[in-house]
Amino acid sequence: MTINTLAKGGCHREQMACFRKMEKVIVAMQDPDMGMKMRNQRLLITVIPHAMTGHDIITWLTHKYRISEEEALHLGNMLVKYGYIYPLKEPRCLVLRPDESPYRFQTPYFWTSTRWPASELDYGKKKLKIYMYSLLHKRINHTWDFVVMQAREQLRSSKQRRKADRIVLECQEQAYWLINRPPVRSITLYCIQLYCVVHIEACRKALGRNRVKSSICLEGFLKYSEQYLNHDPIMQGCLPSNPWISDDTAHWTMNAEIVPVPTRLRVERWSFSFTELLNDAMGRKEFMTYLEKEFSAENLYFWQACEDIRHGENSKIVEKVEDVYKNFLAPGAARWVNIDSKTMDKTLEGIKRPHRFVMDDAQMHIYFLMKKDSYPRYLKSDLYKNMLAKAIVPQETKKSVFPFMRRQRHSSPSPAQTATQAAEEEGLAKGAGTRSLYSVV
Amino acid sequence: MCDQTFMAATFGPCDSCSKPSPLMNIYIKNEATNYCSLCVEMMACQGLQKGETLESLKRESETLKKKLEEERNKLNDVELHQVAEKVEVLSALSIKTRRVLKGHGNKVLCMDWCKDKRRMVSSSQDGKVIVWDAFTLNKEHGVPLPCTWVLACAYAPLRSLCLIMNGYLGLDNKCSVIPLSLDKNENLAAKKKSVAMHTNYVSGCSFTNSDMQLLTSSGDGTCALWDVESGQLLQSFHGHTADVLSLDLAPSETGNTFVSGGCDMKANVWDMRSGQNIQSFESHESDINCVKYYPSGDAFASASDDATCRFYDLRADREVAVYQKDSIIFGASTCDFSLSGRLLFAGYNDYTINVWDVLKGTRATILFGHENRVSRVRVSPDGTALGSASWDSTLRVSWSFSTGSNYIFRFIKLLFWVNSRLVLEFTVAF
Repeated sequence: MTINTLAKGGCHREQMACFRKMEKVIVAMQDPDMGMKMRNQRLLITVIPHAMTGHDIITWLTHKYRISEEEALHLGNMLVKYGYIYPLKEPRCLVLRPDESPYRFQTPYFWTSTRWPASELDYGKKKLKIYMYSLLHKRINHTWDFVVMQAREQLRSSKQRRKADRIVLECQEQAYWLINRPPVRSITLYCIQLYCVVHIEACRKALGRNRVKSSICLEGFLKYSEQYLNHDPIMQGCLPSNPWISDDTAHWTMNAEIVPVPTRLRVERWSFSFTELLNDAMGRKEFMTYLEKEFSAENLYFWQACEDIRHGENSKIVEKVEDVYKNFLAPGAARWVNIDSKTMDKTLEGIKRPHRFVMDDAQMHIYFLMKKDSYPRYLKSDLYKNMLAKAIVPQETKKSVFPFMRRQRHSSPSPAQTATQAAEEEGLAKGAGTRSLYSVV
Repeated sequence: MCDQTFMAATFGPCDSCSKPSPLMNIYIKNEATNYCSLCVEMMACQGLQKGETLESLKRESETLKKKLEEERNKLNDVELHQVAEKVEVLSALSIKTRRVLKGHGNKVLCMDWCKDKRRMVSSSQDGKVIVWDAFTLNKEHGVPLPCTWVLACAYAPLRSLCLIMNGYLGLDNKCSVIPLSLDKNENLAAKKKSVAMHTNYVSGCSFTNSDMQLLTSSGDGTCALWDVESGQLLQSFHGHTADVLSLDLAPSETGNTFVSGGCDMKANVWDMRSGQNIQSFESHESDINCVKYYPSGDAFASASDDATCRFYDLRADREVAVYQKDSIIFGASTCDFSLSGRLLFAGYNDYTINVWDVLKGTRATILFGHENRVSRVRVSPDGTALGSASWDSTLRVSWSFSTGSNYIFRFIKLLFWVNSRLVLEFTVAF
């Protein structure tokens, strides 16, 4: 829902759909065959017919919707809160109690979706309009009498139930505002036409799309979830222990950005996809070491430089593009990258008018080159296999004998601090004379 | 699409009449053009004169829509729950809330996790933004702000914080970025820098892969990409016909797309570079409150006021699952995936959080505890915990207790062992 309705203090638009659904539940509850069993409830000296206990309500909800008791209690509470069922014993307290406290259905007159103009809201007089009930008459025939009786009772005990009525009447007022609020936007004829034209274009484009068969796509989801199952702490837990449960931050220290020895799960994750390897700082470092052995490290340096251009500051784009050209693309450059001639020509053209995405084609080319060639070889290499063998599998910490003993939780350094340190180090390196991170000879 | 929908992003000479005026950026036959409002109306008028009545256009629009549905269904050879039959049923999940963060004075409207997996930022209707260390329950920073509607907040990858503020009467439709620093006494509110400006309230924000660019979605029906340093508008995205309520960036290799969902019941996928609407999904029956990508980037989920969450496949270009139950009556306001994508956590307006099994389409469990509607749920970056913010002015952190090394189970195992030993002793004796 938008906040525009919130600001006006009116009833939220989406709540009308909720009210209809709640009314469906209420009508089902009053069904003569499958609905709730009503009985006479004793309230002080009066006997009130067609009432039910809180316990009955919960049992019925549990059976009908096949939910737990806790959820049935919650749903019942909502019905009471919005005025569809009201308590007889403590009318000011709109809570469903799962015991023998008596409750009754609110008259449809006061249902929130009933739309009455504000002028007809007369607190003192309870007018029952018959034509409204004729629709519901068949289904809630047996409650007709109690509806009439209720009106009489309301006149008698109006003081007692004032709060409940007030709340329901408030809802009615909100409903009134819902109907009478000013239209959202005034759309001119031309706008509708323009919208149609654009919509038609969009549909035509969508028709020409390439789609993949459902079976293939859905298998993809299954495979992904299975692959990552062991890495999902909510599903499988984590080693040595979930820091939130055991108050022990070992899991976080072991999986920090840079550690001397990474965990086995982390190293395994590098083999899932090329993106996983590059997104992990340690993985990227290892891959760089491997590429340097293969004398193709310039590819990764180039990719990193292009990422920097894409995501960096707008003001530095021209300067960075020039740097990249000098170091990677110019003939005879120190780290010349091997791009096909078509992409090279297009990029060189684009460099004349540099913008954020000028390196995209070249970057894609190099990315897929690394992904198809260097990455699979890295996974088969000794470097990776040694890393996997060295990787630690943390021991699962045994739960303490006294589960109530709590460890002290220590705070960690603020990320702002680590970022400042990193920035300082970068600044120093830059100041020391090297022009950029990539131009080491 | 009237004047209100388009943001007058630029001021300059109109492409058709060359008069300097506020320009609307519209796409006609895939070409981006900048027309002044007069020329837009004239062009629309001309279309009418060429014999295309509004009725015929509407009819064509409807037939094309039907054709598109048919095309999509052609490749629909199997349903998700059928494919998921061979997957193991989830073992009973035991997710409990164990941390409650109290400190806000009014509804908490938004929260986000920091990359260090334990800190989070939350914003509230009382005008305060608080940075918490959720692990120790310490409040690290508190930023008081002048206006009361701080609709959203997001952590940047490095160290800044983004806040969306909307003045009480909707006058202040700004998005600001605050660089976080260590000094707790520093007046952070003074350092804030206004980045984005829309013609209506800003509903959602997200940093792209760095601290330098910001994506925003707005009640004026558009999304926009901003450069944080200069505050310049880099790209705007038009196509929604009503308020855009939420957006999410794709975790894909190329990192160029994002999805947005709005009050027009549509979820659109956009290309950040060109500003084009790549794909559109229209199957919800009410406002879409939240959209979130599946971790692999091939699909996304949406939570809506019609009390359902839906799962859309981008490659098959259709909706593949609907997560709903008869007993769930109130709308869903937020959703997020667990790390493996197997679970979908959705927060509802009836104060609960339902946890859905994404593949099988069934509900795994339900979390109670909040005393007012849940405005935001987010799984922590390493997937260890779930944070939720609510209108009851608290934030809660919940996690799963795996049944493996449960104390009680060990005790039972011990009992059996003792029992078996006793039996052994007896048989030996006799």
